[in-house]
Amino acid sequence: MSWLAQYLGPEGFAAMRLSIWVSLWATALSLPLALWVAHLLARKRFLGREVLNIVVHLPLVLPPVVTGYLLLVTFGRRAPLGQFLQESFGLILAFKWTGAALAAAIMGFPLMVRAIRLALENVDPKLEEAAATLGASRARIYLTVTLPLMWPGVIAGAVLAFAKAIGEFGATITFVSNIPGQTQTLPSAIYALLQIPGEEPLAFRLVIVSTAIAVLALVASEILARRARPGDAS
Amino acid sequence: MSVKVDISHRFTGFDLDVQFHAPAGVTALFGPSGAGKTTIIQAIAGLLTPESGQIEIGDRPVFDSATQTNRAPQRRRVGYVFQEARLFPHMSVAQNLTFGPRARGQSIDTGYQDQLVEMLGLGGLLERRPHALSGGEKQRVALGRALLSMPDILLLDEPLAALDVARKEDILPYLERLRDHTGLPMIYVSHAVSEVARLANHVVLLKDGKVAQMGSVEEVFSDTKAASVLGLRDSGAVLRARVVAHHHDGLSELSGAGTKLHLPKVAAAVGDTVRLRIKASDVMLSMTRPQGISALNVIEGVVAEVHDGQGPGVLVRLRCDDAHILARITRRSATAMEIKTGQKLFAIVKSVSVAQADVGT
Repeated sequence: MSWLAQYLGPEGFAAMRLSIWVSLWATALSLPLALWVAHLLARKRFLGREVLNIVVHLPLVLPPVVTGYLLLVTFGRRAPLGQFLQESFGLILAFKWTGAALAAAIMGFPLMVRAIRLALENVDPKLEEAAATLGASRARIYLTVTLPLMWPGVIAGAVLAFAKAIGEFGATITFVSNIPGQTQTLPSAIYALLQIPGEEPLAFRLVIVSTAIAVLALVASEILARRARPGDAS
Repeated sequence: MSVKVDISHRFTGFDLDVQFHAPAGVTALFGPSGAGKTTIIQAIAGLLTPESGQIEIGDRPVFDSATQTNRAPQRRRVGYVFQEARLFPHMSVAQNLTFGPRARGQSIDTGYQDQLVEMLGLGGLLERRPHALSGGEKQRVALGRALLSMPDILLLDEPLAALDVARKEDILPYLERLRDHTGLPMIYVSHAVSEVARLANHVVLLKDGKVAQMGSVEEVFSDTKAASVLGLRDSGAVLRARVVAHHHDGLSELSGAGTKLHLPKVAAAVGDTVRLRIKASDVMLSMTRPQGISALNVIEGVVAEVHDGQGPGVLVRLRCDDAHILARITRRSATAMEIKTGQKLFAIVKSVSVAQADVGT
């Protein structure tokens, strides 16, 4: 890794590490929630389902700056929710890497839910019925039938959300700013470098690293999905 | 072990209202599409909740609208074989087979598993995935999977409907063996007369969501009123006959309906009882014992009932000793012969098919 640190310089390397760290957290934290929301949207009929659907998709269509601003208004240090989190759990979001993770998670959430929901809608409920008549509990049916059958979609959703998190810029810079070593992610670093005359070569190196991470994520998802691919529907 | 069903359910444009009792053995739920067969079987399994009524499996009430009892499908111990197999595509055949015991956290009875694998001919398939199986193989795996979950009752929802004739012949013997060698009650949904005549001990005839008739196969199939539900083309009596001898000219001699019957070689040993099906349209009636005809089987009987249908045909039920035979003739012939109840007639049977070899009964 030291050659990479040398290649990118201390600030660039820190930005890369932070981006990966933030994106992993964002993906890991939103995955359980995305599975649940996808299940609600695909399988349940309830009042407010359409509202939930719109709220989930909002980050996809809102300008990222608006999302970042709304986060700041909701989770800022003086906002009631931000104060509550700080006092109860010691959790500070605004201008911290945790905030960057939250912003990345929210921006990637619609993509993750969409992919998982699509996969879930392709799982035949008749197979779950068959599992029920064989004596499997609901939890067991979900873990041994539903989840394995939608696994490729879950992986695709997670990779999409991860890639989105790596590239997230607008909401992040609005919510947590662009503090080198603390909240400066790859895109923020590239943006900052491009503002300084003569720093273009370093910016270009970060661009290469960003591209490499994106390609690696795609390849990894292909391998995982292929390994987990179920046979044709019976 | 038996099953009691007494349920009502309203759909838009269709009311289901049935009451029946399925004792040990195979009970066929029989009727045209849309008669409510699958709805009933789903209600027994707990996949559909009827509006009112009771369902008992053995002595256990699994559904009772009066006491708000409604056991989840997981807790009903039913083995359900679906029309489309419904194997888990991401599991091997072996994993599919053992899904039930693993789901319940029970140890797998490997002795029973080996026995089932042997009986259903699954030995070479265990490592395969469902997509690499033929339709008949899939249904055999589905049957084995349901049986290995140690059910109290087996529900079969047209398990052969999606298969061609050869594949059906693949599976029917397994179902016969199950019927003959286990005490497991089976409810068999079908709209194929030949399957029902071959497999079932009891028949519940459904029409428009109601029980049109029920009883033993012999009773129901020789009833003239049932013929309208079965469809005239398929109507025909089912009777039992005992194999007396196999002759050198390729014919088997059987005794039944108070007479001797000759059939192309029957695959059963001398002394065995087989079930015969005689289609009503394959029977001619004569007022005198016919002489000099090619038909081998002439059965003497007394007219028990003449059923006037809507078409040009008349359905005549003859009592021949302890059995019944249905004959479908034209109304013109019936009038000319002045057929009436109590009259002695001879039935000339052009062809008899063996519905089933009831080995051991």
